[in-house]
Amino acid sequence: MTTIDDRPAEGTHEIGASRTRKEDRHLITGHGTFVDNMVLPGMVHLAILRSPMAHAKITSIDVDEAKTYPGVVGVFTGADFADTQGDLPCAWPVTPDMVNPGAPSLAVEQVNFAGDAVAVVAARSAAEAADALEAIEVEYDQLPPVLDLEAALADGAPLVHPNTTSNKCYTWVFDSAEAGSGGSMDEARRDAEVTVTRRFLQQRLSPSFMEPRSTLVQPVGEAVTIWSATQIPHILRTMLALTLGIPEHKVRAVAPDVGGGFGGKITITPEEVITTLVARRLGKPAKYTETRSETMEAAHHGRGQIQDITITAKRDGTITGLDVHLTADLGAYLRLITPGIPLLGAFMYPGIYKFPAYHMSCDGVFTTKVPTDAYRGAGRPEATFAVERIMDELAAELDMDPLELRRKNWIGHEEFPFTTVAGLTYDTGNYEAATDKAVELVGWDELRQEQARRRESKDPVQLGLGVSTFTEMCGIAPSRVLGSLSFGSGGWENASVRMLPTGKVEVVTGISPHGQGHETGFSQIVADRLGIPFDDIEIIHGDTQVSPKGLDTYGSRSLSVGGIAVVKAVDKVIAKARRVAAHLLEANEDDLEFEGGSFSVKGAPGSSVSMPEIAFAVFVAHNLPDGMEPSLDSEAAYDPVNFSFPHGTHLCAVEVDTETGQVKLVKYGCVDDVGTPINPMLIDGQVHGGLAQGIAQALFEEVVYDDAGNLVTGSFVDYTLPTAADLPSFLTDRTVTPSTDNPLGVKGVGEAGTIASTPAIVNAVVDALRPFGVQDIAMPCTPERVWRAIQSSGENTQGAADESTQAHFDTTEGDA
Amino acid sequence: MTRISVQVDGVQYTDEVEPRTLLVHYLRERLGKTGTMVGCDTSNCGACTVHLDGKSVKSCNVLAVQADGHEVTTVEGLAQDGELHPMQQAFHDNHSLQCGYCTPGMIMASIDLLNDNPHPSEDEIRTGLEGNLCRCTGYQNIVKAVQQAAGSGQS
Repeated sequence: MTTIDDRPAEGTHEIGASRTRKEDRHLITGHGTFVDNMVLPGMVHLAILRSPMAHAKITSIDVDEAKTYPGVVGVFTGADFADTQGDLPCAWPVTPDMVNPGAPSLAVEQVNFAGDAVAVVAARSAAEAADALEAIEVEYDQLPPVLDLEAALADGAPLVHPNTTSNKCYTWVFDSAEAGSGGSMDEARRDAEVTVTRRFLQQRLSPSFMEPRSTLVQPVGEAVTIWSATQIPHILRTMLALTLGIPEHKVRAVAPDVGGGFGGKITITPEEVITTLVARRLGKPAKYTETRSETMEAAHHGRGQIQDITITAKRDGTITGLDVHLTADLGAYLRLITPGIPLLGAFMYPGIYKFPAYHMSCDGVFTTKVPTDAYRGAGRPEATFAVERIMDELAAELDMDPLELRRKNWIGHEEFPFTTVAGLTYDTGNYEAATDKAVELVGWDELRQEQARRRESKDPVQLGLGVSTFTEMCGIAPSRVLGSLSFGSGGWENASVRMLPTGKVEVVTGISPHGQGHETGFSQIVADRLGIPFDDIEIIHGDTQVSPKGLDTYGSRSLSVGGIAVVKAVDKVIAKARRVAAHLLEANEDDLEFEGGSFSVKGAPGSSVSMPEIAFAVFVAHNLPDGMEPSLDSEAAYDPVNFSFPHGTHLCAVEVDTETGQVKLVKYGCVDDVGTPINPMLIDGQVHGGLAQGIAQALFEEVVYDDAGNLVTGSFVDYTLPTAADLPSFLTDRTVTPSTDNPLGVKGVGEAGTIASTPAIVNAVVDALRPFGVQDIAMPCTPERVWRAIQSSGENTQGAADESTQAHFDTTEGDA
Repeated sequence: MTRISVQVDGVQYTDEVEPRTLLVHYLRERLGKTGTMVGCDTSNCGACTVHLDGKSVKSCNVLAVQADGHEVTTVEGLAQDGELHPMQQAFHDNHSLQCGYCTPGMIMASIDLLNDNPHPSEDEIRTGLEGNLCRCTGYQNIVKAVQQAAGSGQS
């Protein structure tokens, strides 16, 4: 048994201590404030009728009978709100000619994916609302579904949207020669001694936060308060106002306890708009909570890309170029940052390596499927997967050890800051140190020996070893960079600090946590900086009325952007307090030291005044410096100077049963470098959860549509999240290379585990089967796919190769 | 409507319910026991796990009428006089929750696991919690919490 003493020893710092969380108590006792737990007087419950067809014209909707059902208060269709609902916002027009066909919350004339909202019932109870849905009659005139990305781009393909001329939304290109950040990819191809080309497939995934999305809207006169299970209350406020034409100052958005997000709650949802429309139309509070089936069929998915990637190199293993073409499945509509998701990865394909030339292009494609948008990592897992997989393929082609190839080409620790071929400047890193530590952590050499032994003895259960040496860009983001990418917002964050008369402290942050532990971590930062006890600090967030400014939580930005805003605000408080302290101590400000929450005169330790004493003195304001405003309270907005670049080395071992295709993850070890650790326990928690999601992409999860565009994986029966029994305990460790771009030296950690782990697993599975001639297995590497890959390999004695099992969206999955 | 009488977290309730009402909906909507969560429609996630006469059940898989005459314990009934149940304490000590949505069900399932097997191996814990999904923690710290609670000799 382990007991954790989370209190820092006397005289030590809060930063770096594994403090247990402030957030836990109400959650472990069943007093969470999740939106669906809320009930307001007179509140109606909503249920939404969704399209059973992937693509169809709506020819008629009859709601008359539904209106007569018990408890029903109102039934509405798209026609009822056609003039008021506007279009759901997309904040990222990635190219000047990007096509946005519009995105009504309730379909008016046409449905474009199975799950598109068609009608909404308001009733006195959730059960009565659900009952009445069954009485709504909708006639559809079916249109051909648009599912295959390449077919969708072909001439004469059926159009998803009748108001467009093509299913292509945009083409985005980056070329290092044109950008001046590197050489020409054409020349790299021409001069290459070795060229390896692969097609990798990023299956669609469901973020699968455990709390289904839920929204409650209370109209108050012309104003509305919206409680929503969202990661982005501030953005929701602004966007809801713009979408519905409600003056922004009349909208209050609140994110209470939110049960996970993982990117799945960074959008303005049709359901938020519909709930607002109904609440305002009825003049009553209205609540909508989705079922899990609705999460699967209507909440956005992540990933969904075809990756065509070419690496060029010299025979000695020196890499010379990287060429990537993405075909990105955007789904039926553009949600908040749908078109930009692949581009969040565009700058990360070169990873930690010194590619002299890089070319990248991306076609965004409309299909009749659920829109895609952010899912943990958002573009960067895809990039990391592709580069880490192709490095292994190159190593195999050159007959080099995969780690040796990486060592030969990565950025040396003495080369930082390093500007990559994609134009990013990585501030710090030490890939050698992380890799050496990881090799030690997992016992890499022993695993290689065990692998050799099993290969030698033709053991039916082979061992595969996987590598992923990754970095990512997070801490979103420097506003100027976002501007250069045509993103519709800045990337700053806001914080304010309020000193209360009793010496307690309120810190208001514009980030919006949903499980990360920011209240604990931020309290540790403030405690150290301000010298106020951890327990005397309250972190306030998630309500635009009390936290009026912010850009919320995503892209591993909360600490490296939001945390720094807090530091800046605290520093302003200290500066004001210094003036008061000098006045009270009758000393010169320059002669004061601030240590442990008290100001004292240098060389005169007897005279000191503590921060709570100063707070009280300012509160009563009886004796302040002349002309001083009676307040210590301070606010700061911080715009990061750069992205954050955490990195790490992830190594794993899988057993592959060559007779059944079963893959078992037997060992997973990772050494992450997230800069200065604020709370190691919280970091490990983020890494564990991130790993589970990345591993799940490699082995378990996949959104599947059938040939008619019906979602086959519509529940947790078919969409297989890993359980405790599917995962091992992970070995985690850290190296610490502080960031030089922020005063805490911190880097983001929220997405690292997910970004790094997927290629490590697939590399391991392929490594186990390379002697069988297997070069790739499409994700997730299910027993069936692995078994088929073995059967279709050169070693197969049982029949012809089945190309479909390798690198294709898989023609077999409809049979499952 | 059917009249049922159920003891929930030590309090006796008598109510008229529709025969189709699920126990989880009765707990949440009628009794305001919103500590018990709903995370799926298919009894996969286990967020709604409660104890029925001391044994864990997924309350989305039990009709309220089936609880008539029985005792239900939810996560809200675990702490006594402000003192956390050892499993709640273990979840806190080991950072076994992040968003906290699966946590009530996970705690109830973990207590039941130890009631059946007071000294489980790691594998037995992982298998024993297979019916409860968590998306945040990767389960590692949940396993540690169960190990801590088992080591404390109380469950």
